[in-house]
Amino acid sequence: MRATDILGYTASSIVGYHARSLLLLLAMAIGVASVILLTTLGEGARRYVTGEFSALGTHLLIVLPGRSETVGGTPPLFGETPRDLTLDDALSLKRIRQIRQVAPIAVGSAQVSWKSRERESMVLGSTANFLAVRQLHMAQGRFLPTMDLHRSAPVCVLGARLRKELFGSQSALGQWLRIGDRRFRVIGTLGTEGRSIGVDLQDVVVIPVASAQTLFNSPSLFRIRAEARTAAYIPTAKTAISRAIRDRHEGEDDVTVITQDAVIATFNRIFTALTLTVGGIAAISLAVAGILIMNVMLVAVSQRTSEIGLLKALGATERGILLLFLTEAGLLSLAGAAIGLGLGTGAAWVVGKIYPALPMTPPSWVVFAAVGTALSVGLIFGVLPARRAAALDPVASLAGR
Amino acid sequence: MIHLRGAYRDYAMGTQTVHALNGVDLEVAQGEYLAITGPSGSGKSTLLHIIGLLDRLSQGGYKLDRRDVTHLDDDELARIRRETIGFVFQFFHLVPRLSAAANVELPLTLAGMAVPERRERVSAALDSFDLADRADHRPDQLSGGQRQRVAIARAMVTRPAILLADEPTGNLDRSAGNEVVHILEELNRNGLTLLMVTHDPELANRAGRQVRIVDGAVAEDRRSGPG
Repeated sequence: MRATDILGYTASSIVGYHARSLLLLLAMAIGVASVILLTTLGEGARRYVTGEFSALGTHLLIVLPGRSETVGGTPPLFGETPRDLTLDDALSLKRIRQIRQVAPIAVGSAQVSWKSRERESMVLGSTANFLAVRQLHMAQGRFLPTMDLHRSAPVCVLGARLRKELFGSQSALGQWLRIGDRRFRVIGTLGTEGRSIGVDLQDVVVIPVASAQTLFNSPSLFRIRAEARTAAYIPTAKTAISRAIRDRHEGEDDVTVITQDAVIATFNRIFTALTLTVGGIAAISLAVAGILIMNVMLVAVSQRTSEIGLLKALGATERGILLLFLTEAGLLSLAGAAIGLGLGTGAAWVVGKIYPALPMTPPSWVVFAAVGTALSVGLIFGVLPARRAAALDPVASLAGR
Repeated sequence: MIHLRGAYRDYAMGTQTVHALNGVDLEVAQGEYLAITGPSGSGKSTLLHIIGLLDRLSQGGYKLDRRDVTHLDDDELARIRRETIGFVFQFFHLVPRLSAAANVELPLTLAGMAVPERRERVSAALDSFDLADRADHRPDQLSGGQRQRVAIARAMVTRPAILLADEPTGNLDRSAGNEVVHILEELNRNGLTLLMVTHDPELANRAGRQVRIVDGAVAEDRRSGPG
């Protein structure tokens, strides 16, 4: 038989038994669509997180109290070491040649109130450098003044949302508000950017680091952010920081220095694994579709025994019949995969419209993998029915109508 | 043309063995018109299937066109069926979703013939069986007689030397049956070897030779003048 005739004949049987064909197309389409949608979601989440981390600042090194023994993995958020990071540690880092600027950060939460309005809010203690290290922009006023690290000052900078909640449409600049049991004057408000993993900077109030330490009555720092002069300095900066802190901490390696690359690489790995996992789970639905194909094709073979017998009587070889039924399974899976591709990318597009922050373009390898898997599943599960058709005894199959 | 020697065909039915053919010797010359009769279950259909290479002998020899076909493989048998043998069945066996023309075209399609030549042969076949205006009708839009004519056109489109007909009128009313028989006899007059299984004595008597099968063996082999 000619290839075009094989296609034509199978197409006629696909159209002729349309209920069965629609069922198979649907199963295959759902399988392929779910693989594409889920992997696109995973991939989108990966790119979102990577992008967020890149936005934290460039050439960034973060010094955390506590020693993380493992390489990679999530860094400890709160140190468990008896020795704290202090302002003097931060000052010592300023002297390292590879470091351009340092921003010590103390964190706590406190009641922030103005007139009758009151919010429980996160309070960040830091320095003037924080603005540049976090790549933030001011909406109004100015950021914390450059001054001696150990000096307190009753000034604060408000995150955009916190400003809106406390002051509404009124101007916040120059107003005195109460944080905990102390009074601070608002000298600036932050722009609306600066959302990132963990902390939403729109909800914080930033005060000088020494003021925060007095406020929370604790000399320890939450972490120190340092910016290397260039990307090339990051590795040497890292060892220099470790050495500097070790010298100050009596030879004890009790801080963890993480670089932004390492964080991004870790999250990349986590999300790639996640993508593969959900993709694999979705691929199970493809296998289910394959089993359905086998089932329905087996029924088709028994429905069409007399047709198969006839084809044999008319001179079809066993190989020819095998080929006909395999082509039918293959065509159905391919068409189902095409529909699933449309559905999957369509659904991904819709999700992308609803959550514009998520990059929702299906990775091209997923498209090829899904369609390829669908086709091979269809062919593999089509083999058994096709072999059964080919092996039918023509006499017995012609005996029925 | 057809040369069967000591032909046996056994089936296993549960624990028993059924001898569908029990030592058949049969010789058919080219251009003969043969009616195979016998009670049901006598093995006449099995004989037809053996001759048509749809079934294999358990024992014995079968030469078709002086060629031993007993031990050929599936591909060879399919090729011989395609080239030298045509089948007509009681229940027509048309593919319901295909048009009359596509049904007639089917054996040529299976043979892998080029499309233009195929089209030509199909329209010639439809013309000669008076089906030209029914070419695009599906089987369920045709009468019984028309369906059997489509089936005959399909069997003849490959220009076979032998036509095997299994109760070709069994599912037709008298006038449609007569029409089909006349068509088959006309083909026979033009040199086609025609073997017809029937249990209609009147129909059998029209043939030039009657072979009666009883219990899987030839009980009677009678020649009579065409009448």
